[in-house]
Amino acid sequence: MEQVLRVEQLNLHFRTTRGPVQAVDRVSFDLPRGFTLAVIGESGCGKTSMARGVLRLLPRNVQTYTGSVFLNGTDVMRLDEDRFRREIRWVRMALVPQAAMNSLNPVLRVGDQVAEPLILHRRVSDKKQALERVREAFRLVGVPEDFTHRYAFELSGGMRQRVAIAMALVTRPELVVLDEPTSALDVLTQANLMNVLKRLKRDSEISFMLITHDIATSSELADRVAVMYAGQIVEIADARHFYPDPMHPYSKKLMASVPTLRQDKKLEFIPGQPPSLIQPPTGCRFKDRCASRNERCAEEPPLLETRDRKVRCWLYA
Amino acid sequence: MPEASNGNALLSVQNLQTWFEMRRWGFIRVGFVQAVDGVSFELKHGEAIAVVGESGCGKTTLARTILGLYPPTSGRITFEGREVKGSALRQYRANVGYVQQDPYGALPPFLPVQRILEEPLIIQGVRDPAERNHRVRKALEAVKMTPVDNFLSKFPHMLSGGQQQRVVLARAKILEPKLIVADEPVSMLDASVRVEILELLRELQRKSNLGVIYITHDLSTVRFFTERIMVMYGGKVVEEAPVKELLANPLHPYTRALLAAIPDPDPHNAEVQKEVPPGEPPSLLNPPPGCRFHPRCASLIAGRCDAKEPPIAEPAAPGHRTACWLYADGDA
Repeated sequence: MEQVLRVEQLNLHFRTTRGPVQAVDRVSFDLPRGFTLAVIGESGCGKTSMARGVLRLLPRNVQTYTGSVFLNGTDVMRLDEDRFRREIRWVRMALVPQAAMNSLNPVLRVGDQVAEPLILHRRVSDKKQALERVREAFRLVGVPEDFTHRYAFELSGGMRQRVAIAMALVTRPELVVLDEPTSALDVLTQANLMNVLKRLKRDSEISFMLITHDIATSSELADRVAVMYAGQIVEIADARHFYPDPMHPYSKKLMASVPTLRQDKKLEFIPGQPPSLIQPPTGCRFKDRCASRNERCAEEPPLLETRDRKVRCWLYA
Repeated sequence: MPEASNGNALLSVQNLQTWFEMRRWGFIRVGFVQAVDGVSFELKHGEAIAVVGESGCGKTTLARTILGLYPPTSGRITFEGREVKGSALRQYRANVGYVQQDPYGALPPFLPVQRILEEPLIIQGVRDPAERNHRVRKALEAVKMTPVDNFLSKFPHMLSGGQQQRVVLARAKILEPKLIVADEPVSMLDASVRVEILELLRELQRKSNLGVIYITHDLSTVRFFTERIMVMYGGKVVEEAPVKELLANPLHPYTRALLAAIPDPDPHNAEVQKEVPPGEPPSLLNPPPGCRFHPRCASLIAGRCDAKEPPIAEPAAPGHRTACWLYADGDA
């Protein structure tokens, strides 16, 4: 299968006054063309940092940023900042950041704002052509075409979120990272937006990376699921295997904590707290909260191949 | 939605309206935001009821009116048979605990946990420091913050989100109220902590026979933690029923849409498009005539739903009421 994105051993550590924070620690995964990878995990597990690492959208206090990010086979980590900005970011991979709907510029018409990446990246020759492409992007996400003349405050939350997604799509990228695209929206608006994303996924070749803490919603879009805990991927599996049967003890507990509308089950919670990423525990990072731990967990487990997935747990060695 | 209050209700709300006046440039009146418009319900001792709805449906205004933080525009709130107003308010407040949505915002950042929990006791006139100390410790034990000594001197920012919310719970509980109003108590917390807090709330409810009003937008948590559900839309209650009954047999088109929109973690979700009613919730400044859901409703009966407010019907099971013309006679 053709891999649009291949991430190998990505590390991203931030400098703080109390020592380096290992926000992303040796993360590796592949994403085939037209696939959606859902990255799930709780707050502070490193999922947003991982996405930012892939897009090289870094804050100033970066201490370590290593590894490889292959986009269609080219290692874009080796490109200098200028080429990365001109050729990769927002041209071939785009981002819908968290709370994007609230970050639209209030004094620009949304059409002009969505056209901005095209004009900056000189993808079009004039503004007329740019607006044509904006209308095309609006059609994809179900925003009426005459909304190009409106301002952000004239749109509802759901429409603003669609505009933010259109801004990521307008350059026709191969990869779009969606960071919590529906978390601030109401239930019905969220279902509507998920319908839009599903249609987009079906009708295009775009690969998506969906970052979310909402496990139930992630199942609406995911082909493959990566579970992150304390900066590491602890399980990565096809959606059809993962949701019915998570294997890592953390994934199991996480899934057991998700309330379900249609079936009765015993809800559980995970006692304790995630470890500090400043001095993460040696060995398995989940071991202090894990019911199945044994002596072996003092040593860090690798991502082990099991029957249909990879799991970072000695139980499957 | 019952008309007359019966004796054993803890809280009875009758035809409650909370409207906010809108003015332009400070003096020109442009109308009222009808945030809560004619809500009636009863809560028994030891019962938990969930108020479910989307943002802007009036559920938080309802909670804050019940707490006595907003004066009702009209209608009555009766607590243990006494109407809540005027001089009865102070005593009523000692009987009602409030669990806020954002625990960090709800806790004063410059006070240690011990002082935060003492505050309500001081206000209610518990003078003896030893007695206060004893009650603070008991409250922290009740929310499983043990050993208590590890937490007494901590400031809110030193606690995790889940622990902060437990302090908020302890504070709501410390005057031994008979009713707790919890407004989205877990929406700011991570999935694995949510269940812990909701279980704690459930445990407190059962142990102390507390009434609980649980305000939420998340229908999927409701079935695990309450006995009854009220669904609000556009400032009104559109359906009310015991939890199992409502989930198995939703009557109102809005409730149906809401239930259909909520996913369970299931890989088959990716293959289907969902039915979502078109449009947006109505403006409460100028709500549509008749049923407030009619502009979005697929089962619209023209000439009826858009003209006259639907009466309350109980077509399916006892205690399962809905305000919808599908279940009422034309001339009701």
